[in-house]
Amino acid sequence: MNENQTPEKQTREIVCIVCPNGCRITCTKTADGIHCSGQKCKRGEAYANAELTHPMRTLTTSVRTVFPDSPVVSVRTEGEIEKDKLREVSQALAHVRINTRLHAGEVVAKNICGTGVNIICTSDRLVHKY
Amino acid sequence: METLQFDVTVIGAGPAGLAAALAADRAGAKTLLIEREARLGGILKQCIHDGFGLVRFGEKLSGPEYAARFINQLPESGIDVWTLSFVSAIHRDHNENLLTVITREGIRLVQTRALIFATGCRERTSRQIGVHGRHCAGVFTAGTAQYYTNILGELPTKRCVILGSGDIGLIMARRLTLEGAQVVGVYEAKPTPSGLTRNVSQCLWDFEIPLHTSKTVTRVLGDMRLSAVEIASVDECMRPISGTEEIVPCDALILSVGLIPENELAESIGVPIDSKTKGAIVDERNETLLRGVFACGNALHVNDLVDFVSESGEVAGTAAASKALCARGLVAVECDNSLLYVVPQRLSRNANEHQRVFFFRSADDLDNATLTITKGGSTLFTKRFAHLRPPEMERLTVLLTPEQLAGNEPLRFHLEVTNDE
Repeated sequence: MNENQTPEKQTREIVCIVCPNGCRITCTKTADGIHCSGQKCKRGEAYANAELTHPMRTLTTSVRTVFPDSPVVSVRTEGEIEKDKLREVSQALAHVRINTRLHAGEVVAKNICGTGVNIICTSDRLVHKY
Repeated sequence: METLQFDVTVIGAGPAGLAAALAADRAGAKTLLIEREARLGGILKQCIHDGFGLVRFGEKLSGPEYAARFINQLPESGIDVWTLSFVSAIHRDHNENLLTVITREGIRLVQTRALIFATGCRERTSRQIGVHGRHCAGVFTAGTAQYYTNILGELPTKRCVILGSGDIGLIMARRLTLEGAQVVGVYEAKPTPSGLTRNVSQCLWDFEIPLHTSKTVTRVLGDMRLSAVEIASVDECMRPISGTEEIVPCDALILSVGLIPENELAESIGVPIDSKTKGAIVDERNETLLRGVFACGNALHVNDLVDFVSESGEVAGTAAASKALCARGLVAVECDNSLLYVVPQRLSRNANEHQRVFFFRSADDLDNATLTITKGGSTLFTKRFAHLRPPEMERLTVLLTPEQLAGNEPLRFHLEVTNDE
């Protein structure tokens, strides 16, 4: 076999963002898959695998409202979306304007940018006085 | 004027104060919660990013969602909640505290057996770190920039430089980028970032925002509005190196250069303060050296996780509700310069609970370090840590028997790198 065609052994250190431990995980891509070391738990291994194949993130941002007492309200994606879509979704939300007094957990936008994920409100400030 | 009577009064309704008031109420105390803002939740209101509550709830919540878990328990409780209310003076007489409170209804007098300071912390400003130059608009602390963006819905900058790599600065680098601003870079005078590693990863690397360590802002330029900053490399003592200056055009300088516990009210009644934490000196129940006066949350020491802030509030709230006033038999807890600090700074020898919880930060980045706790000549406890970083606070549980705590010698905390060879 020609040596140039063997898949190169790639090693990359990533920082796990699942919990505050921030484990430094060393990932080695081999022919049989991804080998991880340095993580303290299984969630770290799953994160490392996802990070090297299809990185996913939760987007948290704010959306404009029509209410003067709260000109914006905080929102997030209900689940994770592809990391590469963070900017696109954020830009799409610039055109959304909330005109009902939503509770935390209520849907602001369905299936945002075709990701299959909803945007939900994360604050009760539109319904609570305190 | 009528004086209102309470068992426990909590000042500040952020995460620490909310947890403290709920814990005091659960323990049967007649409880008052005083908040100077219109809304409860403290800084969590504007922390719309997620990651809160992983330790406590096993979920990644946003700040407002985390605060709601506590705020939603208030209507069911017996707690009196006063918003838009400000404690203007505290008078202490025979272990009773008399508070003057400015409220929407006018001035009220409150007499309380126990008092809990949950007053949080403040950001360091440009004056406190000696940034020179014009007094133009466009210099914000990261928290102010966050308030503009997340509460007012106004973008404070189109192109900014962030000085300091504290967590709020890192979070704001990502937040401003997503809102369409350009973050030229994050500059840190120290050789390593100040924030959590995971925030460096998900806030800077994800968006290709450059992080420049061992560099600082030496001058602010601009007339009405900031137009550029001067940046220079610094030496090991964080002094700017002449000849390395560069001018970076931008319309805002955002500072994330540290937090300081807010303790003016506590100091006004003579609560002794620890020069390391800048918060009150407390025992394991978060009671200060003044009997009946407690401190918790970021007013006690700056935490990096809200989960620990809530825990500290609950410890204070539960203790404050207890009417028993027995002698504490305090023994000092000290650390050498291998640690930044350790909390609590005192232990009660007469405590019923022998399981003690400590929070500490290492002074330097250490791999394979061993922590030892000694008293007099004897070693009471050792534990090994794979990684210790000053930005990442450690929580430690240690079983200490009354016999081990006998005698007046202080407990000493010490860290040392273990060499296996």
